[in-house]
Amino acid sequence: MFERKIFSRTAAAAVVAGLAVGAPARAEDTVKVGLILPMTGGQASTGKQIENAIKLYMQQKGDTVAGKKIEIILKDDAAIPDKTKTAAQELIVNDKVNFIGGFGVTPAALAAAPLATQAKIPEVVMAAGTSIITERSPYIVRTSFTLAQSSTIIGDWAVKNGIKKVATLTSDYAPGNDALNFFKEHFAAGGGEVVEEVKTPLANPDFAPFLQRMKDAKPDAIFVFVPAGQGGNFMKQYAERGLDKAGIKVIGPGDVTDDDLLNNMGDAVLGTVTAHIYSAAHPSQMNKDFVAAYKKAFGTRPGFMAVSGYDGIHLIYEALKKTNGDTDGPKLIEAMKGQKWESPRGPISIDPETRDIIQNVYIRKVEKVDGELYNVEFATFEAVKDLGKTKK
Amino acid sequence: MTSILTNLFDGVAYGMLLFVLACGLAVTLGLMNFVNLAHGAFAMAGGYVCMVLVNRMGWPFFAALPLAFVSAAAIGIVLERLLYRHLYARSHLDQVLFTIGLTFMSVAAVDYIQGSSRVFINLPAALQGQFDVFGVGIGRYRLMIIVICGLLTIGLQMVLAKTRFGSRLRAAVDDPRAASGLGINVPQVFAFTFAFGCGLAGLGGALSAEILGLDPYFPLKFMIYFLIVVTVGGSSSITGPFLASLLLGIGDVAGKYYVPKMGPFVIYTMMIVILIWRPNGLFGRTAAR
Repeated sequence: MFERKIFSRTAAAAVVAGLAVGAPARAEDTVKVGLILPMTGGQASTGKQIENAIKLYMQQKGDTVAGKKIEIILKDDAAIPDKTKTAAQELIVNDKVNFIGGFGVTPAALAAAPLATQAKIPEVVMAAGTSIITERSPYIVRTSFTLAQSSTIIGDWAVKNGIKKVATLTSDYAPGNDALNFFKEHFAAGGGEVVEEVKTPLANPDFAPFLQRMKDAKPDAIFVFVPAGQGGNFMKQYAERGLDKAGIKVIGPGDVTDDDLLNNMGDAVLGTVTAHIYSAAHPSQMNKDFVAAYKKAFGTRPGFMAVSGYDGIHLIYEALKKTNGDTDGPKLIEAMKGQKWESPRGPISIDPETRDIIQNVYIRKVEKVDGELYNVEFATFEAVKDLGKTKK
Repeated sequence: MTSILTNLFDGVAYGMLLFVLACGLAVTLGLMNFVNLAHGAFAMAGGYVCMVLVNRMGWPFFAALPLAFVSAAAIGIVLERLLYRHLYARSHLDQVLFTIGLTFMSVAAVDYIQGSSRVFINLPAALQGQFDVFGVGIGRYRLMIIVICGLLTIGLQMVLAKTRFGSRLRAAVDDPRAASGLGINVPQVFAFTFAFGCGLAGLGGALSAEILGLDPYFPLKFMIYFLIVVTVGGSSSITGPFLASLLLGIGDVAGKYYVPKMGPFVIYTMMIVILIWRPNGLFGRTAAR
């Protein structure tokens, strides 16, 4: 027992020493970006998309910026926070990276936050969507989205468009609760009524009983948030149970109709209205080029995770350009604040106060385009900030 | 009233599915006294075979189902001859360690070959949707599950109770030495039984893709459900696991419908109560084997 204590203390000292020594030794000609992504496990599609998008960006823009060569070091954390932490430690101490990025789920992003603060290096969150993340370290910037952004907007949209009674079905974990609470707040403020509220366990295979309950509550629409992978199961059972024929619509943040899986969900999903930050069918020329290049390189359609990764690496490039290749952490974070650019999803910027993303939120409806299912955007809420910050 | 019947129907379908998935485990655990935690891996194999045949090669769904059975059974017989039979006489701990290792290998292998995202099997239109019988919503797919699984259960019970193979199997289990003395080829009987159990799991895996979802983590996610069915049902016959599956299926669906906040725990609460009441399961043998 005693020995172990000494060991852990030495280990901790070594970590601290490594951090201190690491800083000045970095002024070389390469800039290292440590990517921590779920490449295996249930969230693996997120990791794959972000990795692909970053590869694509570096093919298009080259791997040198401000005279420095960018080197990506990829670590798999399988979306398990303990592994994220170990990976971040290894990257910071052994590989002496200048950025950490990625993070498939909220707990992973939070696990790395204290390390980013301690080592004073930017943590670029490219997937996880809970509001509190950027409050956990002054070194965190986000290029994905927050659930508050899409959930408040769909709440506002629903009351204005004749949806009075809503039943909610959300996964019982932090992002699901975020989505539910922000939706309820805005939907109720507009005069809507939540008639039924069900939280499903995260590992819930069979939606049948929950859906039957929804059907019997006879709402105008169901507000749904389930993790991207479960969207397909949900939509299939929604159709099987005939909720579409009973006139009950599906609304929600766009995770349920993720581009990655949408096309396999079948026609039941037609007409689903969601609010989200990106659709592969976004009509800008830049997005058309992005989708075409991504499809050509990887054979699949990019989803919102891919575009978040694409913007994440872009932000790293732009920050380095602004500091002229200086890799000092605080300077890089300063350089990232207030960055504005045109992304495949539309115009976006980094809020200088919260380091969170400001972006358009689109209302989309699932339609068939050239025989494939797409989220077709039909209304835009411009420059939406994250409304979920606790410190106001 | 109608929603009660709809829930009952859903619960029966869910229970039947659990039974087909788990009854192979009841056979290996109860009849052969072998702890096979890799049982779900065979179910997953069947599911993926069915998916590849239907989605990629355009087979009709009903033609692919028997193939799911056959392929899982074939994998079962190969593994039984190569690996499992060496462990029959070993301690339960060795068996657990071996089979859980096998499970992890199967997860990694499927993840590598097919990717980790969830897959669906394209169903014929005739199996999609619901129809109403006196206001009770009946899902077509779930009805098919009940029919297939019901027939299988009756068939299994007949084979075990009435046929020569059934009596050989029971003899081999009760006293392998005396059985082989009577000229019964015990290893062969066990191998065949094991393969058949795997085949059933494979069929269950193919049927469950639509309802439970199919991904490389299937064997780990549902291992606990299989074990609950076998422990609650007792492993001395197949009637026990059958009734246990139905009870758990109906209980789970009803729990999620009527008390959604408590829903996920209902199945565990039922297990605890039943095991306190009857520690050997509903139909367990009271005397130690």
